[in-house]
Amino acid sequence: MKRSGAAFWIGAAAFLAVAFVMTKVIGNQYPFFAGYVILQFIALAVAWSILGGYAGYVNFGTSAFYGVGVYASVFLVKAFGAPLPVQILTAAAIGALMGFALGLLTLRMQGIFFSIATIALTIIIETVVTNWRYVGGAAGIQIQRPPVTAPFDNYVQLLFFIQAVLVVLAVAISRYIQNSWIGRGLQALKDDELAAECSGVPTLRLKLLACVISGALLCAVGAPGAMYLQYADPSSAFNLNYSVSTLAMSLIGGTAHWIGPVIGAIVLSTTQQLLTVTISSEVNVLVLGVMLVLFVVGAPEGIIGLARRIFHRSNEGRE
Amino acid sequence: MDLLLDAVVTGVLLGCFYGAVSLGLSVSFGLLDVPHVAHPAFLVLASYGVFIINEQYGIDPLIAGLLITPLFFVFGLIAYRLYYETFEKRGSDAGVRGIAFFFGVAFIIEVLIIIQFGVDQRAVTADYIGKSWRIADTRIPYRMLVAFAVAAALTIVLTLYLSRTFMGRAIRAVAQDQEALRLMGANPIRVKQWAFGIATAVLGIAGALLIIVAPVDPTLDRAYIGRTFCVVVMAGLGSMSGTLVAAIILGVAETIVTTMVGASWAPAISFAMLLGVLAVRPQGLFGRRS
Amino acid sequence: MTMAPEAPAPLLRIVSLTKRFGGFTAVDNVSVDIRPGERFGLIGPNGSGKTTLINCISGAFRTEPGTVLFRDEDITSLQPHMRTRRGIARSFQIPRPFRSMTVAENLMVALDFAAHEHVSVAQRRDTMMGILTQMGLASKANAAATQLSQVELRKMELARAMATHPKLLISDEAMAGLSSSEVDEVLDLLMSLASHDITIIMIEHIMQAVMRFSDRVMCLDAGKIIAMGTPSEVMANQRVQEAYLGT
Repeated sequence: MKRSGAAFWIGAAAFLAVAFVMTKVIGNQYPFFAGYVILQFIALAVAWSILGGYAGYVNFGTSAFYGVGVYASVFLVKAFGAPLPVQILTAAAIGALMGFALGLLTLRMQGIFFSIATIALTIIIETVVTNWRYVGGAAGIQIQRPPVTAPFDNYVQLLFFIQAVLVVLAVAISRYIQNSWIGRGLQALKDDELAAECSGVPTLRLKLLACVISGALLCAVGAPGAMYLQYADPSSAFNLNYSVSTLAMSLIGGTAHWIGPVIGAIVLSTTQQLLTVTISSEVNVLVLGVMLVLFVVGAPEGIIGLARRIFHRSNEGRE
Repeated sequence: MDLLLDAVVTGVLLGCFYGAVSLGLSVSFGLLDVPHVAHPAFLVLASYGVFIINEQYGIDPLIAGLLITPLFFVFGLIAYRLYYETFEKRGSDAGVRGIAFFFGVAFIIEVLIIIQFGVDQRAVTADYIGKSWRIADTRIPYRMLVAFAVAAALTIVLTLYLSRTFMGRAIRAVAQDQEALRLMGANPIRVKQWAFGIATAVLGIAGALLIIVAPVDPTLDRAYIGRTFCVVVMAGLGSMSGTLVAAIILGVAETIVTTMVGASWAPAISFAMLLGVLAVRPQGLFGRRS
Repeated sequence: MTMAPEAPAPLLRIVSLTKRFGGFTAVDNVSVDIRPGERFGLIGPNGSGKTTLINCISGAFRTEPGTVLFRDEDITSLQPHMRTRRGIARSFQIPRPFRSMTVAENLMVALDFAAHEHVSVAQRRDTMMGILTQMGLASKANAAATQLSQVELRKMELARAMATHPKLLISDEAMAGLSSSEVDEVLDLLMSLASHDITIIMIEHIMQAVMRFSDRVMCLDAGKIIAMGTPSEVMANQRVQEAYLGT
């Protein structure tokens, strides 16, 4: 237990160190543009699976949280010229509130109905933002990046590094939850809510906690998106693709362990990044659809499940 | 006041059209519990099918729609078989994985259409498209009247089918009690597969209406996820006449909001109503499940 | 008025409890006291309201009107997990294991969340193994819950309930669908669990088991109490016989 904890933190520190060194050594901007997107999806998938994976409440509203994160930044920059850390923290706070509201929904809805309700929330919020003139309405809005601060030479590198920090944060939280009583309680309520209650699990409080944490992280990950694109418009920020991609990444990787969404996000978004470069963005969506269908049908437990099965079989062979 | 009356008339016609595109979902989701979020994608696919036939052979879009129904019936049979084998048979969390599966299917359909036809809007030609009927100050486009008539006819036919024929009654029975049906000697899976086939076949005609009412583009299905699910949940899962009533309520609400507040608010109407219904009655207005 | 020394304060007191579903009254104005250490049998034909009553006691259903008092505390509006933490545990008519977990993990959920005092993980593991041994499930500790046989599943449910340190254990038809030797096994188990500190309410259709087990038996029919007393009294009761024979 203790040793794997140390290994995890050493790994996390090494990951951040590599990310930082990359910004110093690599002159070309493209790896950071692509890398930012991959990191962003890792963080989204990990954050999503805290609710969708551990607790089994499938949230199709990732786009809502992401979009609100983007627009929280847009508003803060336009109104106060707020710096990036303030944007991210504010987005996290708003995301936590939204998560709380989502948690209250779980009181009355389960399964498919919960999922449909989260899609509904997304479109409603998107419509409100579309009609909000101050942040640009349907046409979108241009955003000026502030000058970059040391030790970075370039704003995209800064964003890349910040997204790497968010990844570490999301993974650390997810890992903590999985290994603690919270994770066991969530797993219990995922299996059977009434049996969990009758075993002393405070299901509502745990669901609210999972929703708040997941929501805060999802929004925080969206916040730097405005600065990344230097532009925001409702139909991109709230695009359903974020919801389906995030879900697909978690399912592809497997939701039983925190590493699952990380693997799924790396596999899917790297593939997508490579294909966008070489082919076109439509193929992106096609890859998403095909991978989603293939994994849901062929490997319901995701890559983790596949790996475990193979590992099991080779173990049995040895005996 | 005239404006409001105008909106109500337009809304009723629009609502009937929404009813027609939701009927299939009312069977597949309402009666069979399949979380068919790819329903609107199949709808758009049908529209493109109608578009091809109309453009190539100059056949009337409605007849074109009828022509593709057998093909869609077969699609439906295959789709349900696949869904059953991979999800329902395995049991646990079929719903959640099912919804992910159908999203995947919807995305694939979207992209295939884009690859074949591009992202531009496509429209069909027919005598009744582009002309309208004037009564007093109100102008009613003929295409909306066509949609209205076809929707009414479809609802009546489906209602009769489900209540008068042996297979129709079996479909309704399977929704209520699968075991009872098995005891009667019918195979519930066959019945459900047949029902799903019908639900998909209806999309052939609904797809024709979709492209008659307005030009279509490949991602139009996203706008109809909310509308169709709103209608079906509001209708109380599986009632055909309820579907038409719920669709009219939605149509009127959307039109009034568009006239009074602005078209940019329209997309939220169906979802807000859906959320409202879910919040009050998590299983739909007249949810049949206990 | 003085309290007789042999009648201690009731552990569980149900006062005029009624539960309606729409127009259907499942439990109709039921009042009963359960004494500490008692072995209480609850019988009645199918649909007589037994499980509904249990759901009201354990908190799965909200009741109104009616009051549920546990150790002199009004728990009527408490959520189920709060009731579990106060000492009410139950098994389910149709077993509801945590399917993605092992037997040991199933018990750990209860130990993690319902344990009364703060104890170390090692101590909790010891407690868990103790309970599993008592239940004859020690060899199955690392088996997946989905791989258990019917009787093992029943035992695991009771074990999970015991892991919450209950003062009141409600067994909801823990013997349904078991062979006669398995019935005896579970019955012996329940007998061994009952003690001065653990009161047991047993719902059962197998009449022999209820009669052997109970100090006192209550019979429900159509949501109403139609008989209460010693097992032999209740068996001899005219209305109980009618309810069961359906005349």
